[in-house]
Amino acid sequence: MIHFVLLISRQGKVRLTKWYSPYPQKERTKVIRELSGLILTRGPKLCNFVEWRGFKVVYRRYASLYFCMCINQDDNELEILEIIHHYVEILDRYFGSVCELDLIFNFHKAYYILDELLIAGELQESSKKTVARHIAAQDSLVETAKEQASSLSNIIAEATK
Amino acid sequence: MGSQGGFGQSKEFLDLIKSIGEARSKAEEDRIVLHEIETLKRRITEPDIPKRKMKEYIIRLVYVEMLGHDASFGYIHAVKMTHDDNIHLKRTGYLAVTLFLNEDHDLIILIVNTIQKDLKSDNYLVVCAALNVVCKLINEETIPAVLPQVVELLGHQKEAVRKKAVMALHRFYQRAPSSVNHLISNFRKKLCDNDPGVMGATLCPLYDLITIDVNAYKDLVASFASILKQVAERRLPKSYDYHQMPAPFIQIKLLKILALLGSGDKKASEQMYTIIGDIMRKCDSTSNIGNAVLYECICCISSIHPNPKLLESAADAIAKFLKSDSHNLKYLGIDALGRLIKLSPEIAEQHQLAVIDCLEDPDDTLKRKTFELLYKMTKSSNVEVIVDRMIDYMININDSHYKTEIASRCVELAEQFAPSNQWFIQTMNRVFEHAGDLVNPKVAHNLMRLIAEGFGEEDDTADSQLRSSAVESYLRIVVEPKLPSTFLQVICWVLGEYGTADGKYSASYITGKLCDVAEAYSTDDTVKAYAISALMKIYSFEIAAGRKVDVLPECQSFIEELLASHSTDLQQRAYELQAILGLDANVATNIMPMDASCEDIEIDRSLSFLNSYVQQSIEKGAQPYIPEGERSGMTDVSSFRSQELHEVSSHALRFEAYELPKPVMPSRVSPIEQSSSNELVPAPEPSYHAEMHQVASSVPSVSDTGSLELKLKLDGVQRKWGRPTYSSAAPSTSNADIPKIQNGAPQLDAVSSSSSKAVSYDSRRQQVEISAEKQKLAASLFGGTSKSHKRQSSGSQKVPKTNIPAAEKSHVAKNATSDTAVLERTPQPPPDLLDLDESTVSSSAQSLDPFKQLEGLLDLNQDTSTLTTSDASASGAPDVMSLYGETTLNVQSGGVPNLLPAGRDEANLLSGLAGTPNRDGHGENTVTNPTQQLNKGPNAKESLEKDALVRQLGVTPTGQNPNLFRDLLG
Repeated sequence: MIHFVLLISRQGKVRLTKWYSPYPQKERTKVIRELSGLILTRGPKLCNFVEWRGFKVVYRRYASLYFCMCINQDDNELEILEIIHHYVEILDRYFGSVCELDLIFNFHKAYYILDELLIAGELQESSKKTVARHIAAQDSLVETAKEQASSLSNIIAEATK
Repeated sequence: MGSQGGFGQSKEFLDLIKSIGEARSKAEEDRIVLHEIETLKRRITEPDIPKRKMKEYIIRLVYVEMLGHDASFGYIHAVKMTHDDNIHLKRTGYLAVTLFLNEDHDLIILIVNTIQKDLKSDNYLVVCAALNVVCKLINEETIPAVLPQVVELLGHQKEAVRKKAVMALHRFYQRAPSSVNHLISNFRKKLCDNDPGVMGATLCPLYDLITIDVNAYKDLVASFASILKQVAERRLPKSYDYHQMPAPFIQIKLLKILALLGSGDKKASEQMYTIIGDIMRKCDSTSNIGNAVLYECICCISSIHPNPKLLESAADAIAKFLKSDSHNLKYLGIDALGRLIKLSPEIAEQHQLAVIDCLEDPDDTLKRKTFELLYKMTKSSNVEVIVDRMIDYMININDSHYKTEIASRCVELAEQFAPSNQWFIQTMNRVFEHAGDLVNPKVAHNLMRLIAEGFGEEDDTADSQLRSSAVESYLRIVVEPKLPSTFLQVICWVLGEYGTADGKYSASYITGKLCDVAEAYSTDDTVKAYAISALMKIYSFEIAAGRKVDVLPECQSFIEELLASHSTDLQQRAYELQAILGLDANVATNIMPMDASCEDIEIDRSLSFLNSYVQQSIEKGAQPYIPEGERSGMTDVSSFRSQELHEVSSHALRFEAYELPKPVMPSRVSPIEQSSSNELVPAPEPSYHAEMHQVASSVPSVSDTGSLELKLKLDGVQRKWGRPTYSSAAPSTSNADIPKIQNGAPQLDAVSSSSSKAVSYDSRRQQVEISAEKQKLAASLFGGTSKSHKRQSSGSQKVPKTNIPAAEKSHVAKNATSDTAVLERTPQPPPDLLDLDESTVSSSAQSLDPFKQLEGLLDLNQDTSTLTTSDASASGAPDVMSLYGETTLNVQSGGVPNLLPAGRDEANLLSGLAGTPNRDGHGENTVTNPTQQLNKGPNAKESLEKDALVRQLGVTPTGQNPNLFRDLLG
């Protein structure tokens, strides 16, 4: 099971956090600080895994962004590494050659996508297409909802004129 | 496919993100965020906020919370937003509450109603959003509220809903198994769902269920095996392929399940052999995901009933992992080796040098994994080397979590395999010295017992030698600063018992040392207690031997200090010591017999000798004794500082509510308890040790230091002197553990001789190019295994050794000549090819002209002549992705297999992105200077647009982080 997902920039800035196990806010800050100290200092050729407090943290660097996932001792590290990559590929598809800035300004969208990929700390969908389709459906629904809302407000505006 | 026209937020929010992005320090960032919180607090409470605005506030709250600040003032607004009918807002509300609230938050109760409504919605997207929240927020209390609906949704027509419903049920099962126990059969049913996504999701709960009770699912072995077979044969839709592997995530999950089901079950295992073998053969070992599946196969093979053929292929796979350049694969190789070693111990021998390389690798993760492997393969022949290495490593790390683990492992190994007691004591000393506060106190008791009991045989001289060497080593160590408390306790105890035993050191020398210890660690009462007990022993031994005792001035002042101590325990010990100093030799021998710690003590736990007295008292009208567990307001009094605690607990605040006055009992308990124990003191005690009375009567003040103190001595005086802790010492003096320690002793001779043989034998057959030091290490680590083969002819021994390089060579040759095409086709499959047939893959691999690709990208004309770009545009995939693909191919053909993005250096990433011409047909891994690109970002048109957009917003890419624009997948 995945306990949390962290996106940290090379400067140690938090870009996204998702906690699947309960961690109080204070603990979260501590965890992030501890892990960024541990991970950001690691050399490029070393393992993508770190043992930490009896868990394992799998991380992978994309440009200047680190994607980290914390898992149990008996989980398959390489699989998690590929789940991270899977997520990045989906992001890439969604944003069109995704860059860190996309995630900074659209972190809520990154959350929605993550929610389609992982649920309760488990991989729920391994098909990229399915995830993409689902997100697209949500987006189009949101669009129509927006249109409706605006037409509604137009009608109201017309009526109250 | 960039669906975003702009970033869609207000200027204000963008400014916030921008300013945080440009903050130069954490303090500055915090200041900005705190200011933002103030603003939000003010704004969010204004009346009649337009919903759109509110949505943005909520997202800003999420942002603030993400950065580690408290946004709890806005939680209620997020909850309110979930009630909205507009899905747009509802979704935002749901996202915010899942991020804000933990499962035990009070506000959840306000959402349950909305969730219930949304689970019934006609719009499946609303249902999905609600199920996401269910997974995160529904707790044990609220499960019944949504359970019927979630179960109903298992049959929903949309597969996305079914899938999430399965996951929600799984979550319920994790939270409160009892609430969904009657629904478990649903998971079995969903395994046959015709959507592979739902089937894949169902594997998660089934894995959990099977972990708990294997036997209930044995009937599914055949089904799982056949599903796995179908997956491996690519029967699932192509969209489940990942980097050209058929549904690897599902394969891994299934392999995990099979591993559980086949564990220790020959019949079940036989059903899986074929398919596991097939998968191992099909696995593409050049891609990460292929290796992930391969690794899972090895785990499965090592868990199920062993099959020689599979073990062999697992060993081959491990060999490949260990020989790889990638640290990740080495790590997995070491881990897999650790799993397989239980089944075939000889496999480690083939890889001894690889293991030693990993042990000396600068990568900490790898090192630790290797220690884990060593831990698993420790035996009496190599324990010395392994434990030595472990301790060396332990000394150099700061991570207390891991330090504790490795220290306890050292202790465990040393206790189990110690070749000699001498070595055991030395090892323990080192462990204690460096990690004394982290190891279990029981270990200290074991060590003391070992020193006291020695070999346990008749060999008294060896025992006393052992003791004197322990004393000597402790006298040496004790002068070092900052020793851990546990270790000092051991030192004090040993010095007290045996410091003067061999006559080498005078009493005044030892007592001086003990006083130094007590003085240096004057804040540690436990150490002081050990020290004064040790003094007491030494003085009484002196008296018993008829020598004149002269108390050193520093000892005198130490005793005086303790006489006035706040701790009654220390005080009593000091008074007792004073009393002993005034006794004659005869009495002293009786109170403090030599070597009393080895005497067996029979403990009358029920204190049956007091029965008649209790009976009498009850007849006289005393209250019967109430066992501790039934009393309220009392803490555990059995610990070391029992008197203090006792006092505290009877006067301390009570946190429980007062009970109704009727039962009365609890309020009277403590006075009764005290009075009854007071009564115990003058009672006509049964004949256990008259000495105690002498002490008590000669120093009248002792008796009033606390009745409890005296009561505790019911076990017998010897025990107290022998082991100056009151707590759990009683059970630990039993004989249970003794044979374990003695085990090490007889092995000594056999082991040392055999290991020396092994060393010489090994060193003969090592290859020349390996440094002598490594060889030696390898020999001492793995020598134990080779000794079992010793009787065989040396020719047969050499077979595995020579075979492997040969095989390797042929493998390499094959790669060099024929397989380059394969190499290019199979590595980390490029994402842009996902929608294409495999045939295009090979064609794209042929023409690698970066210039043309660059052109194709820049003008975004779909009709470029290069095969690759037309492929990419035909598939409609983002153009940069195709370049990404090319990059991987190039790098791969350059002979660097299994590269990870993190492993590549930045320059490569960048040059791949921008299509820099440095990449030629040979696939040479040339490093370009990244700076020339930094200010521009990727050349793709989309990125340029993005760049322009953010420039309008005022974000300059040249600021703090020039990489912001860099394509993540580059």
